[in-house]
Amino acid sequence: MATQINKQLGDNIFLTTLDAAASWARANSLWPMPFATACCGIELMSTAASRHDLSRFGSEVMRFTPRQCDLMIVAGRVVMKMIPVLQRIWMQMPEPKWCISMGACACSGGVFDTYAVVQGIDRFIPVDVYVPGCPPRPEQLIRAIMDLQDKIKKTGTYNAREFQLRILPDGPKRFDEDELMRIRERNGLKLDDHKYDPIH
Amino acid sequence: MTESAESDWKQVLEKALPSANLRFSEFRNQQRVDVPASGIVAALTALRDAGMDQLCDLTAVDLLEYPGATDRFEVVYLLLNTTSGQRLTVRTHLNEPDLKIPSAVPIWFGADWLEREVYDMYGIVFEGHPNFKRLLLPDAFESFPMRKDYPVKGRGERHNFPIITRAES
Repeated sequence: MATQINKQLGDNIFLTTLDAAASWARANSLWPMPFATACCGIELMSTAASRHDLSRFGSEVMRFTPRQCDLMIVAGRVVMKMIPVLQRIWMQMPEPKWCISMGACACSGGVFDTYAVVQGIDRFIPVDVYVPGCPPRPEQLIRAIMDLQDKIKKTGTYNAREFQLRILPDGPKRFDEDELMRIRERNGLKLDDHKYDPIH
Repeated sequence: MTESAESDWKQVLEKALPSANLRFSEFRNQQRVDVPASGIVAALTALRDAGMDQLCDLTAVDLLEYPGATDRFEVVYLLLNTTSGQRLTVRTHLNEPDLKIPSAVPIWFGADWLEREVYDMYGIVFEGHPNFKRLLLPDAFESFPMRKDYPVKGRGERHNFPIITRAES
């Protein structure tokens, strides 16, 4: 029987693992979520524009809703007031997802070592690839995306959690903003009655 | 900016606050007047009625460790007469624990966000403001970061957030 199939299909058949096939497809179809807050965002736009043309690497479909994205590119400094928003957006992205921290400010706070600026987004959300520079050139971001594609192809899905989620009734966990208040209570800070509202 | 226009607002202020200790000064042709905090509304209302129709800026200065300063905070009103082009700086001084001053929103509506920003950064309370809360920082923020005794790197507020790990998200 095997020889019969071989005869009919010839070389038109590959054997691989589901993991490798899924990783290959994912790596070449990244949908970035541009979280651009500062001048790095200009370089991010330039990377996607015609001169540097990110679509050559299969990752040009920028979407401005996190629910359609699987790669968050944090470009620019993130302030204290933005962290709850950043975390909520990260939690809204479906599995599998990756994060690129673009530029000195997103990686370490850069020159802004002040009370309001977070000293590196990796303190609060997971980061896969760091891009140094102030701001990085588009080539550096393209290199970071190629590195990330390499990483995706090599690692794939460790424990298939995203497939597991399909049989769970509740899907991905929502970010609990009350957790922020609980942490502040634990640290002994006084609280007002109103809930923390990052917008107002 | 004629001599007569200058004496105009001096007379206006002295008429509005007859017994107050007004201090007039000049720095590089910029006219300044120091008004006690209790008479600030009377002074600003009189100046508005006398033609100072625009509040260019409302801000504050923390004079902690400032050479020769006797008061802690200084609230500064920068006024402009849009007809004559005349400008005037009105200053008033405040000290802890009584950091309260009447709001200027009934006089110039543009003072709304300026007063909220001054409260946000210095903790000076403007009484009678229609919507008094922080402007820039989160409501749960506890300090006033533009005060000179507040460290530049903060008191850990910037890192007081839950950490989302790869396993959780």
